[in-house]
Amino acid sequence: MKLLSAFRSSYLNRRGTTFRSLDPSSFDGGFIPKPSPSSIFWLAIHCLCCLISLILGFRFSHLVLFFLFSTSVTNLYTTTAGVSQLLKLKPLEKANVTAKSSRVVVGRHGIRIRPWPHPNPVEVMRAHQLLERVQKEQKSLYGVRSPRAVIAVTPTYVRTFQALHLTGVMHSLMLVPYDVVWIVVEAGGKSNETASFVGKSRLKTIHVGFDQKMPNTWEDRRRVESKMRIQGLRIVREEKLDGVVMFADDSNMHSMEFFDEIQNVKWFGAVSVGILAHSGNAEEMVMSMDKRREMEEEESSSLSSLPVQGPACNATDKLIGWHVFNTLPYAGKSAVYIDDVAAVLPQKLEWCGFVLNSRILWDEAESKPEWVKEFGLLNENEGVESPLSLLNDPSMVEPLGSCGRQVLLWWLRVEARADSKFPPGWIIDPPLDITVAAKRTPWPDVPPEPPTKKKDQMSLSQGNTVVTIPKQHQQQQQQQQQRASKVRKPKRRSKRSKHEAKPTDTTTQVSSSTKHHQERN
Amino acid sequence: MKLTSWVLIFLACNLAFSTISAFRLSRSQPTERISGSAGDVLDDNPVGRLKVFVYELPSKYNKKILQKDPRCLTHMFAAEIYMQRFLLSSPVRTLNPEEADWFYVPVYTTCDLTPNGLPLPFKSPRMMRSAIQLIASNWPYWNRTEGADHFFVVPHDFGACFHYQEEKAIGRGILPLLQRATLVQTFGQRNHVCLKEGSITVPPYAPPQKMQSHLIPGKTPRSIFVYFRGLFYDVGNDPEGGYYASDDVLFVKNGHRGARAAVWENFKDNPLFDISTEHPTTYYEDMQRAIFCLCPLGWAPWSPRLVEAVIFGCIPVIIADDIVLPFADAIPWEDIGVFVDEKDVPYLDTILTSIPPEVILRKQRLLANPSMKQAMLFPQPAQPGDAFHQVLNGLARKLPHDRSVYLRAGEKLLNWTAGPVADLKPW
Repeated sequence: MKLLSAFRSSYLNRRGTTFRSLDPSSFDGGFIPKPSPSSIFWLAIHCLCCLISLILGFRFSHLVLFFLFSTSVTNLYTTTAGVSQLLKLKPLEKANVTAKSSRVVVGRHGIRIRPWPHPNPVEVMRAHQLLERVQKEQKSLYGVRSPRAVIAVTPTYVRTFQALHLTGVMHSLMLVPYDVVWIVVEAGGKSNETASFVGKSRLKTIHVGFDQKMPNTWEDRRRVESKMRIQGLRIVREEKLDGVVMFADDSNMHSMEFFDEIQNVKWFGAVSVGILAHSGNAEEMVMSMDKRREMEEEESSSLSSLPVQGPACNATDKLIGWHVFNTLPYAGKSAVYIDDVAAVLPQKLEWCGFVLNSRILWDEAESKPEWVKEFGLLNENEGVESPLSLLNDPSMVEPLGSCGRQVLLWWLRVEARADSKFPPGWIIDPPLDITVAAKRTPWPDVPPEPPTKKKDQMSLSQGNTVVTIPKQHQQQQQQQQQRASKVRKPKRRSKRSKHEAKPTDTTTQVSSSTKHHQERN
Repeated sequence: MKLTSWVLIFLACNLAFSTISAFRLSRSQPTERISGSAGDVLDDNPVGRLKVFVYELPSKYNKKILQKDPRCLTHMFAAEIYMQRFLLSSPVRTLNPEEADWFYVPVYTTCDLTPNGLPLPFKSPRMMRSAIQLIASNWPYWNRTEGADHFFVVPHDFGACFHYQEEKAIGRGILPLLQRATLVQTFGQRNHVCLKEGSITVPPYAPPQKMQSHLIPGKTPRSIFVYFRGLFYDVGNDPEGGYYASDDVLFVKNGHRGARAAVWENFKDNPLFDISTEHPTTYYEDMQRAIFCLCPLGWAPWSPRLVEAVIFGCIPVIIADDIVLPFADAIPWEDIGVFVDEKDVPYLDTILTSIPPEVILRKQRLLANPSMKQAMLFPQPAQPGDAFHQVLNGLARKLPHDRSVYLRAGEKLLNWTAGPVADLKPW
């Protein structure tokens, strides 16, 4: 009731003050009752303002008021939000508001804004240091109590994609917040290429060579890689390295959580690995997906189609078996040679999904569990397919990553063609030919002829690939023909599988200009 | 011989208990014990130290109001409702008023909500007055002490002043009939009319289940420096409009005395400050990823953000001059939070970045103490050490009653006709 009456009276007041506030003489403080011609005049002004408001769509008188006030508002209240709110302003209840001395005050203090309300870089630095300190404390509270060193064993060899793969592994290892020892075993002996990567990493590294060259079939490669990894483990044993051994294949991708999780291993652990069986042929991927779906429907999904390999647990988180990647949809269509454009499949259990405590490999039997074979007595010629052969009892493996539910790393095998060449150290020397003339650039006219004297120096054992794009000018086409005549097309191998890469894009053409090596790549 | 064997058994039991308790402490995260100004009182058990009698008021004072608007169970003023429910089934309750130390009057004065959910306090004085008249006429205990051994829960913005605007609340003052009673309220500000001597300050209600369900693992690194979500300019929520002018000054009725607007204007471009008016679904998770959480005053100095900050381990930055925080006699707020004067808001970044890291880590350890978090909550059913128990502890600490509580025969201290005329109308 009281509220209603209050509203009514304030409404009447407001009506009255709208009328009165348009009177400039009333701003001088107190209003003097006007004689009737003036009141008619003001009535006319009021009607005019109402009309204008109708046209504009908002209360025009408020805008007038605001502009009158804004001349004297101090910089205490400077926001545009405030302007929009003032536009919604209900008119003043008191008539004696002077334009000269009005202020906008919020509560007691007003809105205090310091003259330069921008961040101070020194303070920002300090804030970041505080954040770092707090996060360090959090890590020590919730993270691993006594972190162990991570020993990464990587088999590698020099080829086109080595730079791509090793950079990824190197960066992952450099980010690991624990001590890292990187053991790089290189097929074909130590080389400068690999050494440069290993040196760049600023980690503690052990780089050894392995006397065999990498073969060309995936099956043979797996065997050689296993031998290389055993060699790496032998180094761990000889140097008596202490920590958690993991197998960082150079084409894999590891998540940072992987390194945190493996700190929890006691003796021998397994994690789930995501399998990326990629072939580069989109059609084939679709076909294999369809086939997989068919199989699933047939066998009521007894073989899961998840691209994951890892430990399988029962409801009480005890290891009961292994989950392997279903390779049946790819049967007969998987890649055999590294040049094949087909899916590269993993073996049943990849090495990268296992981690072990380096003490398993040591000589003395101090507190080593009995279900671990003595590493020194390992007979390599029997073929060590997976790390499980290092154990007497594979059921003692600890499943990590909440019992295999977390996929912490991804397995991938992507390689260039066997005959693919790349500049050593990925440094282009001597400079490449001009292949696209800089015709439509703001530079002054560039002669379309490229310098020809340099072409004769291009007799490197690993030359360059020349990408040619069809030109619009006759001269350049002639040049292309000239150059093309110097190019030798590679001999096609008869044993290659039927699925060859046909150049789908007719405007580009990749050709190699040197001899085709068989064993190399 | 028998005596020595008993002594040995006793000593063995002591040893066992102490090792068990030490074991429990060491297994949990390293926290620091909260020793308040009154000692380690957060863990006190009030059962057995006091007796409370709950008046049976007609349901129009409590149940019917709640039925009309069940939103009262989840808003920040819900403490009054849960307090009654707790007391009804608590072991401190007694059905015999003669042996009671304290009397509780269950009247829901903060349950008259606007469509937006904000409580209107305009009818509360009349409701309270009507309830007191009822108990004064039906039981002799009110007149015996004129309410000095009665307590009321008034969780509204300015407590028993029953208004949301500070000027009007100060003008009204505490309801005259409650001058001698103990008030359990969320509002607390030193040297303020609406905070009576001897009141117990409680935290605003925050839903415990909802906060529990949004917990994230403790190892998630805290990467936000300062966090705040809420309104900076609150014109829309004022039931009576946004502005009024008095003399030559235009007052912006935002309630917050310019503090929130100053925070926005000064720090909206600062990358260290994650402040905005949006209310994201990850609000609770974000608080757990922040080091400092701003708790600037709003319409009233207190804010549920304080409770949220304590639960989520974010150091509360309290921007409210002279505020009295909940259970201030049991919780050392100076050691836990950061207090910034309202006039120093433009220098908030300098203040916060110049805090030494050891101080920050210590504050976080204090916040991690589970008894600290428990004391801020009103869980259902009640758990030991929660806010209900802290209220009872506070009441127990005021016992035994002073002689002056009991009036001599014929003595009348309360003025039943004081206050605005509109308050005297029956409800």
